[in-house]
This record gives sequence, structure tokens and C-alpha cells, in this order.
Amino acid sequence: MSLRSEPLAGVVRPAPRAVSLSVWLDRQSVFSWLMMTPPLLFLAALVGYPFCYGILLSLQDRPVAHIGTFVGLKNFVTDFKDAIFWRVTLNTFVYTAIATVLKMVGGLAMALAMNQHFPMKNLVRALLLLPFIVPTVLSTVAWMWILDPAFSVFNWLLVALGVPKPGPSWLGNPILAMLSIIVINTWRGLPFYGITLLAGLQTVPPELYEAATIDGAGGWQRFRYVTLPLLQPIILIVTLFSVIFTFADFQLVYVLTHGGPQNATQLFATYAFDIAMGAGQLGLGASVALAMLPALALLIIALTIYLRRG
Amino acid sequence: MVTGHGPIKRLVRVWLPVGFFLVLALFPFYWMAITSLKPNSELYNRRIMPLVVHNPTLKHYIDLLTETSFLVWTWNTMLVAVVSTAISLVLGVMLAYPLARMRFAGAGLIAMTVAAIYLVPQPLLFIPLADLINRLDLGNTLTAVILTYPTMLVPFCAWLLLGYFKTVPMELEEAARIDGASRLQTMRRIFLPLCIPGFISAGIFAFTLSQNEFLYALIFLTRSAVRTVPVGVIAELIRGDVFYWGQLMAGALLGSIPVAIIYSFFVEHYVAGLTSGSVKG
Repeated sequence: MSLRSEPLAGVVRPAPRAVSLSVWLDRQSVFSWLMMTPPLLFLAALVGYPFCYGILLSLQDRPVAHIGTFVGLKNFVTDFKDAIFWRVTLNTFVYTAIATVLKMVGGLAMALAMNQHFPMKNLVRALLLLPFIVPTVLSTVAWMWILDPAFSVFNWLLVALGVPKPGPSWLGNPILAMLSIIVINTWRGLPFYGITLLAGLQTVPPELYEAATIDGAGGWQRFRYVTLPLLQPIILIVTLFSVIFTFADFQLVYVLTHGGPQNATQLFATYAFDIAMGAGQLGLGASVALAMLPALALLIIALTIYLRRG
Repeated sequence: MVTGHGPIKRLVRVWLPVGFFLVLALFPFYWMAITSLKPNSELYNRRIMPLVVHNPTLKHYIDLLTETSFLVWTWNTMLVAVVSTAISLVLGVMLAYPLARMRFAGAGLIAMTVAAIYLVPQPLLFIPLADLINRLDLGNTLTAVILTYPTMLVPFCAWLLLGYFKTVPMELEEAARIDGASRLQTMRRIFLPLCIPGFISAGIFAFTLSQNEFLYALIFLTRSAVRTVPVGVIAELIRGDVFYWGQLMAGALLGSIPVAIIYSFFVEHYVAGLTSGSVKG
């Protein structure tokens, strides 16, 4: 042993400075911070800075391609006096609430249906996830054609079934348009709930069901007192996730209705887009986008804490 | 959990609900496909039964590929998705590895920050980012989206990889350290090769998210030559009140195919990422 280590120590001893540098670099904190610096700088530059700059913009009168002037909270006052802004707020909450409930209930039903034995289950699962995989804009284009005022397949079916009145203009009627974006958002988000909850269901130990059955529990009671309590943490996380991204939805509405008719489907994101990119009022647009922040911040903080605790 | 019931009960409990969800999920794609194959005379005639194609034609596909820049958009989309996924994986590893393996002051705070950034939706940032991209003179360049897509993909990859890294046993790394490897060597030569499945999961997800992105592409890319498929389809196949439905459907279908193919190869990784990424980091 000593024979091997002595010459090594004598011959290949590097300069003391290099040794201390490499030792220093190998310290956990030094290594970690050096490694994390590039991604953290990147995120600071392209998330942190724009976020703060957005707050600054919301306090300015800032037409596009002009220099902004500080106006304090004037943009927010404008928002609060704007009837459309309140319509947008209502729309966003209605859209988020109904779509979330539909996705939660439908997703649970999908998970329960999929948690049975049947042939080609993996293929079925892969196909069910397709709406979630395919780019939203492209599937929304298909829905747009399905709901076309003149050539809607639903209206053709209504006629074929003998309904005497002409079918409705799905995207031309304020209530039907809202219903349409809710249904399409649900269609797209359902598999996310379904497949995630299915993974949760598969972790429920079968013994629990057996024990419940021995205790005389029926199908509904097994679901209510065994399945639901065990799924509750997953349901909560999936729901928080989906609420955040439904609340801030843009693509679907922009493509399908542009917020119309008469702002009936306008959401925060599309309204902010119209003001900032359409009318060129960056400051006012930023204030509309930031109006999402209180609700989003609550959700994000809740989910961050929850994810960390898990 | 249905076992040994009669065929009728099985039909009601298994095939009816599964069939319902399948029809619901697939009908819009079926509609896309048959619409893209119908000649205009059939498309715009309400007397013809629309559920099947009577006289299939490839005209819309030919028009799409010859009269629009669809192939350019496809190339742009692929390029942007591949490059921003690669950037995001590299930066994501640089965040996730220390968080998964090292003890240092501030680790908890960084992990929380990454999770929080992951959850910040784009509409909160697009207006200041648009101004920033303008000032950097990056409008109408693919660089604009290659730089901005990773803002959502890096936290996402870091979060997903963090969860994966924690499941990899530490013994091999400890052995390498005892043999005198530096931390960097241990990470690159010993640890990362063990994590290929995690990279595939995160990569597929990041790729799918890049293909799906619309808002930044819509704002930053206004010239046909630099557009991605979603923006090109919306901006150039709908002109005013004129909808080129056949081409729109052909474009939507062709634009979905790359994602669908890649997804079909790695569906297990995708599902693993979906469940681990959201259920627990």
C-alpha cells in the first residue's frame, strides 16, 4: 500500500494552486452554483426581467413604437371603468369553472372506464391521449369546421333527424359560443385528467377493495370511501395545473371566435392581446394581462407548496 | 376490476364508456381527414351526406404543398422544436442535477422558483417579451422563438428530470467519487448515461409543447418565410372571411402527423412523464 501511494504522492503532485482550485470546484455548493448559473441567468433574462418590465409597462402610457410615459395606476383605473373588462373577468371565471368541472368529472369517468381489463388497452389509451398531443390550433381548426354556420355537421344531423328549425349558428350566438369553447377546451384537456387519474387508480392496492367488499361495501361505496380518498391528492394537483392553464387560455379562443360575438368569449389573454397587439396600447394591454396575476399567483403558490410537500 | 360477468354487462361497463370516449376523442380527426379529401363541390353542398367521402381527391393536399409555404412552415416548426428542445434539455439538466444530488444553501428556494416559473403561463409575459424582442431586433427571425420557447421548456424539463434523477440509485456515483472522479466527470460519464429514459420523456414533452406553441410564434413571426405551421395555417389559409376549408384541414392533418408519429413511438415515455411530472416532481 505504502509502496503504491508514495511515488504517486511524490511524482504526480500537481501545483498546490491547481489542487486547491479543483478541490474548491468540487465543493458541493460551488459545483452546484456554477452549474446552475447559466440556466438561472437565462431564466432571469427571459422570464424575470420581462415579468418586472411588464409591471413597469402597466404603469405607463405606451403606444407601440413610442416612448412610454409614467401614468401611475391610470391603466388599471381605465380597466375598472371598462365594461368589457368586467365582461372578460366574468367570462374567464365561467369558462375556467365549467371547463374544470367537466374535465374533472369526465376525466374520472374516463379513468374508471380505462381501469378495467379489455383487449388493446394500450392502443386505446394512446388514441385517447391524441387530443392532448395534437397542436391545439390545428385541432381547433377542425372544430371550427364542425361548428361552421352553414356546413356544421351537427346541424346536418339535426336536419337528418327531422328537426324542422334550421340549426343554430354555434359561434354566432353568445351563449352557444361560450358553450363551444368550454366543450372544446374540455375535449382537449380530458385525456390529461383521464390518463393521470388512471395512473393514480392503478396504484390503489386491490386488497383495499377486497377488504371493503368483505365489510359489505357496494360498488358506489367502494368508489366513495376507497377510491376517492386515495385519488384526492392527484385530483387536486391535476386540477390546479389545469385551472392555471385554462384561466390563462389564449389559442383556442383566438382561433375559434377571436373573443366574439360581442366579446361574449373574450378572455383575459385574448383581450390583452387585442389591446396590446391590435390597438398597439402596450401599457393598457399589460395591465389587462396583469389583472390575471392575483388569481394566478394564489394558484401557483398553492401548487408550488403542494408539489414541494409531496 | 370487472371479472367474469356476462357479455351484456361487460358491454355496458367496458365497451360503452370506452367507445364513447374513443368516438369523442377521434371524431374531430376523422372529420379533418375526410374533409381534406372531399372536392369543393362536395364540401359545400348541404344536400350530400357529409359523414363519408363520395369522390375522394388529393387536390387540397397538392394545392397546400404547391400554392402555400406549408413545407417551409413545417421545416421551421421542426427546426425550432428540435433546437429549443435540445437547449432546454441541457439547461434543464444543469438545474436538475445539483437540485437532485447536492446539498447547498438555497436549494429549496431554487427548486420552488423553478416550479413557480414552470407554472407562469405565457399570456402573463407576451407583451413585455414582444417589446424586448423588438428592441433586440429579433422580430421575424426563428431566433426569437428559439430563445423564448425554452422559457417555458427549461423549468418544465428541470422539474421532470429532477423527479427522474431522484429515482436513480446513487451507488455508482459514490463509487466513481471514491475512485477519484471529479463531480463534473461523475455527472457526465456515470450519471447522465443512466438517465436516457428521463431525457426521452422530457424531450418528447418539450418537443410536443414546442409544436403546440402559438402565441409567441404569432407575435414574433409575421412573414411567411419564417412562420411555423400553426401560425401559417391560421394566418394564410384564412384570408378575411374566406376559409380555404379543404386546405385548412389538409394542413391541420399534415401538421399533426409529425407529433403523432413521434408520440406513437414513445407513448410509454410520454405517459410516464405525464404522470410523474404532474403527480410528483
